[in-house]
Amino acid sequence: MERTKLLLGAAALGLVGNAHAEYALNLTRGVTQLSRDIYDLHMYILWVCVAIGVIVYGLLTYSVLHHRKSKGVVPATFHENTKLEVVWTVIPFLILLAMAVPATKVMIEAYDTSASDMTVKVTGYQWKWRYTYLDDGIDFFSTLDAKSNEARQLGSKINPETVEHYLLNVDHPLVVPVNKKIRFVFTAADVIHSWWVPALGWKKDTIPGFVTEAWARIDEPGVYRGQCAELCGRDHGFMPIVVEAKSEADYQAWLATQKAQTTAKADEAVTAASKSFTLPELMAKGEAVYNANCAACHQANGEGIPGNFPAIKGSPVALGPIDEHLSIVAKGKGAMMPGFSKTLDKVDIAAVVTYQRNGFGNDKGDLLQPSQVPSEN
Amino acid sequence: MSAVTHEDLHDHHDHGPAKGFLRWVFTTNHKDIGTLYLTTALIMFFVGGAMSLVIRAELFQPGLQFVDPGFFNQMTTLHALIMVFGAVMPAFAGLANWMIPIMIGAPDMALPRLNNWSFWLLPFAFALLASTLFMDGGAPAAGWTLYPPLVLQGGNNLPFAIFSIHLLGISSIMAAINIIVTIFNMRAPGMTMMKLPMFVWTWLITAFLLILVMPVFAGAVTMLLTDKFFGTSFFNAAGGGDPVLYQHLFWFFGHPEVYILILPSFGVVSQIIPTFARKPLFGYSSMVYATASIGLLSFVVWAHHQYTVGMPLAGELYFTYATMLIAVPTGVKVFNWVATMWKGAMTFETPMLFAIAFVVLFTFGGFTGLMMSISPADLQYHDTYFIVAHFHYVLVPGAVFALIAATYFWLPKWTGHMYDERLGKLHFWLTAISVNVLFFPQHFSGLAGMPRRIPDYAVQFAEFNAMSSIGAFIFGFSQLIFVYVIIKAIRGGQPATDEVWEGAAEHGLEWQLPSPPPYHSWEVAPLVK
Repeated sequence: MERTKLLLGAAALGLVGNAHAEYALNLTRGVTQLSRDIYDLHMYILWVCVAIGVIVYGLLTYSVLHHRKSKGVVPATFHENTKLEVVWTVIPFLILLAMAVPATKVMIEAYDTSASDMTVKVTGYQWKWRYTYLDDGIDFFSTLDAKSNEARQLGSKINPETVEHYLLNVDHPLVVPVNKKIRFVFTAADVIHSWWVPALGWKKDTIPGFVTEAWARIDEPGVYRGQCAELCGRDHGFMPIVVEAKSEADYQAWLATQKAQTTAKADEAVTAASKSFTLPELMAKGEAVYNANCAACHQANGEGIPGNFPAIKGSPVALGPIDEHLSIVAKGKGAMMPGFSKTLDKVDIAAVVTYQRNGFGNDKGDLLQPSQVPSEN
Repeated sequence: MSAVTHEDLHDHHDHGPAKGFLRWVFTTNHKDIGTLYLTTALIMFFVGGAMSLVIRAELFQPGLQFVDPGFFNQMTTLHALIMVFGAVMPAFAGLANWMIPIMIGAPDMALPRLNNWSFWLLPFAFALLASTLFMDGGAPAAGWTLYPPLVLQGGNNLPFAIFSIHLLGISSIMAAINIIVTIFNMRAPGMTMMKLPMFVWTWLITAFLLILVMPVFAGAVTMLLTDKFFGTSFFNAAGGGDPVLYQHLFWFFGHPEVYILILPSFGVVSQIIPTFARKPLFGYSSMVYATASIGLLSFVVWAHHQYTVGMPLAGELYFTYATMLIAVPTGVKVFNWVATMWKGAMTFETPMLFAIAFVVLFTFGGFTGLMMSISPADLQYHDTYFIVAHFHYVLVPGAVFALIAATYFWLPKWTGHMYDERLGKLHFWLTAISVNVLFFPQHFSGLAGMPRRIPDYAVQFAEFNAMSSIGAFIFGFSQLIFVYVIIKAIRGGQPATDEVWEGAAEHGLEWQLPSPPPYHSWEVAPLVK
């Protein structure tokens, strides 16, 4: 009978969860005090439901087995009992009170973002994450790793089983220290996303134009994986989150490398901005920039998605005056097309504009040098 | 109670239906319109079901095998819109049209021409919605909740989807007005409010919910339309608006909406269980009060769909407490059903089997609903397959089982023929088992961390998804038996008595009319003692 199966299933779910935190069957216990409190709350309510279920399904099963016409039962005629009805209204109310008290405590804990040791700003993009370390000036994007990305294409013929951490791996993980209270602030650049790492115990929506916040204090060094949880368009299923929690010493070392790299990159960009590039150089660089920043909407073949995202191939913008083209790439257009002047440097913008004008068979023949990109950036 | 005899009816000059196809276009008869609604709902159930099979086929294995992720999102969006607005709501409207006049001793609905119009808006609404599939950029792909800014990325599909929703809303509001007016004005002498059958009561409360929330939804989607095409910024932060405002408006509609789908189910089950337990419904008045309480509470709990949007702490706590409260009246209903069965003399014909499965599996969905009401725990559950499992448990073995139960229950009355009980039981067991194979594993994949609305997933979710897909295909194809049983009963079969079910005449006026009932149902109002 399906009800027996359900009961067994519910019981199995509970037992396994209690014996060892099995990731595949039950909620993870996670690696923060808050996530464990949420897990305990989950188990507590689950057991209360199992207990009520045993009583209700038990009575129902007894009735179905015994109160049958085929057993010659003469039906009773009772149709109300005020005392009984008051009892089964009041008792559930009391059970709910017993759930509300711990729930309130945990919710207050989840909302206490005060006295944090550091702040990371998380920005959701279609379809990648951007992490900005507000205290240290580190800023990078985190996208689906290349192997998963190759395997996940329609008709790729690559067995996902052969890809390590299929769809749960990124190029640049978010690196954080353990035992520090990290405050996360969330926002989004285009549509609503939701940042969810089960091991931290929560998810938070990232909303364009608004800032939401949450916090975590991770106990154990390790790699914790999650995904975007709010439908955000075509590649919603392909923007994972990887958090790498390091010991304080390892984290400081990582921080130092990142800072050095950031400085070197900035210097490089300044030098490159005044350099003059050839068409093939710009095309090569432009293709990489295009695939990382434009292809999600305008597609790798430049044909866009009719009705949603305009094509670059044969587009009047790519074949028109170069200034207007540059202006759209730098400043954006309408509600959907973001401006890239703040996320790409001059070389990248020059390269991608050049690529769009000469790739996809556009063959416009002109090119844009980084020095021609205005410096408002 | 008095009954109209066959002789009485034949004495009348019978102005029956028009001949041919035009009968269905011009009809103002509540039973004809009921049949139109029910047939449309059944067709849309298969259309929406086919879309869900596209989804389940893609999710059978990790990796993308069949469809583009963009098309996958169109399928999840249309599947939900069609099942909610095309299958379940019209099906209940069909039951209301067929049964309410008969159950309260009326000749027809109070506003028959309005009735015709409210049905005939539907095919046009669905044509608008379905046409988006053939447009550049495809159908809406932002989920049935149509959240901005994502939904505004859609191309020309947006106005079509929105006008479709407008038409569906007008249709629902007119149907609701008609039902309220009928119940308030057309009751037979002696049929006081506290003697109304539970199905009529639950529909009365549902009709009020519809009138109160459909305009809010229509308003919210109209704001989407002006944001996209007329430069307003209701939901655009850059213009001073707020994307989350849409979510509040949507769920102010959306939460009562889910009760619009489930309250008439409660009514159906409250008709069936007493009939087959051969015992009066336990706690009739507490059932009425519980239904009304659920209806009222449904207006003050909407933001429990938004625990992760960053509401203030006080908001989170308020919505947690208010949502938990719904468990009390819902519990009362479940306890009353069990008490109705208790010490009855039950038999287990197909409608009773589906009704019992409803009580068991809806209650199960209620438990996961209670878990999700706890806001801190929902920070984990939200937007995962755990939620998908929850709402499918309350909507499929919940609302859909109630609809199937109602069909088997009243089919002999509608057609005048008994359906094939052996096939009905086969349909029940295939459906009841496969629905659990389909949705039970989704609890596990959700808890283990699988987000909803993704076309592809990490390999640790593979086993549960494969099981779910197998269950889905068995479930889907089992419903063809249902269609066969219905067609077979329409064409012929053992003639049904007026009472149909043993002792049913004590359980409602519909069992005192002939099977099938005369064209104008109760031409002479029965006297209810």
